[in-house]
Amino acid sequence: MSATTVAANEQYDYTIIKKFVVMAIVWAVVGMLVGVLIASQLAWPFLNFDIPYLTFGRIRPIHTGAVIFGFGGCALFATSYYVVQRTCQTRLFAPGLATYTFWAWQAIIVMAATSYVFGYSQGREYAEMEWPIDILIEITWVVYMVVYIGTLMRRKQAHIYVANWFYLSFILATALLHTFNNLAVPVGLFTLKSYSLFAGTQDAMVQWWYGHNAVGFFLTAAFLGMMYYFVPKHAGRPVYSYRLSIVHFWALAFMYMWAGTHHLHWTALPDWASTLGATFSIMLLLPSWGGMINGIMTLSGAWDKLRTDPVMRFMIVALSFYGMSTFEGPLMSLKDVNALSHYTDWTIGHVHSGALGWVAMISFGTLYHMIPRLWKTEMYSVKLINIHFWLATIGVLLYITAMWISGIMQGLMWRAFDDYGNLQYSFVESVAAMHPFYAMRAIGGMFYLTGMVIMAVNCFKTIRQGVRQAAIAPQTTPATA
Amino acid sequence: MNFKHELIETNAGILLVGTMIAISIGGLVEISPLFFLKNTVEDVPGVRPYSPLELRGRDIYVREGCYLCHSQMIRPFRDEQLRYGHYSLAAESKYDHPFQWGSKRTGPDLARVGGKYSNEWHVQHLVSPRSVVPESVMPNYQWLLENKLDYSDVGERMAALRITGVPYSKNKDEYDSNVKQFGEPVARMLSIPDAQKNLVAQAQEGNYDGDRSSVSEMDALVAYLQVLGTMVDFSKIKPEELVKYR
Repeated sequence: MSATTVAANEQYDYTIIKKFVVMAIVWAVVGMLVGVLIASQLAWPFLNFDIPYLTFGRIRPIHTGAVIFGFGGCALFATSYYVVQRTCQTRLFAPGLATYTFWAWQAIIVMAATSYVFGYSQGREYAEMEWPIDILIEITWVVYMVVYIGTLMRRKQAHIYVANWFYLSFILATALLHTFNNLAVPVGLFTLKSYSLFAGTQDAMVQWWYGHNAVGFFLTAAFLGMMYYFVPKHAGRPVYSYRLSIVHFWALAFMYMWAGTHHLHWTALPDWASTLGATFSIMLLLPSWGGMINGIMTLSGAWDKLRTDPVMRFMIVALSFYGMSTFEGPLMSLKDVNALSHYTDWTIGHVHSGALGWVAMISFGTLYHMIPRLWKTEMYSVKLINIHFWLATIGVLLYITAMWISGIMQGLMWRAFDDYGNLQYSFVESVAAMHPFYAMRAIGGMFYLTGMVIMAVNCFKTIRQGVRQAAIAPQTTPATA
Repeated sequence: MNFKHELIETNAGILLVGTMIAISIGGLVEISPLFFLKNTVEDVPGVRPYSPLELRGRDIYVREGCYLCHSQMIRPFRDEQLRYGHYSLAAESKYDHPFQWGSKRTGPDLARVGGKYSNEWHVQHLVSPRSVVPESVMPNYQWLLENKLDYSDVGERMAALRITGVPYSKNKDEYDSNVKQFGEPVARMLSIPDAQKNLVAQAQEGNYDGDRSSVSEMDALVAYLQVLGTMVDFSKIKPEELVKYR
């Protein structure tokens, strides 16, 4: 093993990974805090405070940006740099470029949030960043691709481990989606304002091709990469089925890109396009569940860990939520179901069962696995991990239950007729009926945020403990020849 | 043929190219036909680009993130027909850069809100939504009334949209072709050199915010809301002509 020639602590380059880990936690706290605020604004509108910079419309993109690109993005940078080094048994290619990706990515999140507050937005969901920020993202992404593929090319193993396929597909797909969805004509060189190159139907198609695959590749494929490394590693068991991982990788990569048009059922998008989207969405159930089964079954023979290890519990519950939301997704892509669910809170609930239940929980498990290894110490408190787990689980359940009820109720109220064939409810009656569920959702979010703050404290203490131990402990690294 | 997946697993280049192919097909098949299939966007009379004032109103709509709670896309269902009006046509957003169809109705759809309420109602509702709709959860937008509209760069904005294909006219030839397509009064509105003059004139004449002394952001936003969904005259179109586009 190559480790014999290099001191263990120098075998891999962890400096940039540590930075990304810390920022993932910071952005998670920030993003979820803003999430709780905007959820509360919908229940208690005075919380907009009559200040332009704090209104729902301007800060909702801060919430989505901070959790998806801040928390999710930093977690993916950190884990992909970690996984690619360890599975390829080599150090990062061009660590200077990796350092650049860190600082550029943080700058992107901060600049995006600042621009939203001041009202600069492309008006495209999850792609609100205006053109100069988009260009910076493009450059940073290419640099990331160079570091990642460069490291992959230097591998000392003949085989490319399955986690890397998923990370690679995520990096490629994100580059493709980001490029085409952000084609715009700036109003001037010295203004942030731009207009999308496409209009109307074509613009809607491109945006939801982007929007759904931001979920498909940024929030799914990449986190499956995370799952394929950290679940087997933490369980101490090999991946359940290598063959299943091959089939599910190619099926997922191919089919996801078709599914976006289910966001445009019954709109002015031609029927053939949305029907294609629905068809592929239903087929997607198979690879999605293939991935879930592969992850969960990896634990076979080590199920007792669920009782004793809260980190394992995070990972397995994450996979369960993944299975649940990838069942719910195809269901909602059916045109008849979508006629009810579209435009309602059901969609919001669905997104959060995926985001809070799957993406965030698998990240929590992974971060709790990685942090002690990066700082060469033990977690400060396993009990706090356990508390975090329960707060997070209760939070998600409150959140999605509230949104299921309010979403289905909204949909039914909008289409209800009285005995004379008139609409039974005015729109605002449906708004009023949402209030208790908006309050319940905000409370669910508070649970989740509290768990997140506990995680931040626990991780902060762990890191400080690791740094102190490293300072006190005598250098125990074996002398190299 | 004795293909082994191992070939891909041991060769980063093949993995990269294979993945790229797998992820490209869906988008190619679904997106590219929309740009050349003739029956994607209906051929209906009446749809015109926004006037300078309406355009600035639309910019404010995007700036405030209205699309996050309001859709602009009526679906072909009986309840939506009764609540909002005729289902939305693709043609009605063909000059919308970006589209604002939305994905969520925390508030009602706005695709045909134009002409349904008076200007006074809109101003009152935007300044203080709960004063007219007590159950509303919309933020107050009183600053729209306080802020003077910055229209110094409205010409540049129209010029940028012109590059994307919106027929705002920069010269006599383009103006003449607009006269042919939209008629003279509309063509005059679409002239980039006259943008600022036209904007002020429309705000004065429309008096959207109830104050003629200056042009406020409220003027622009209300002008935009009042034009939404009003361009196509559905009494002149047979339903069977629209159905074939679906």
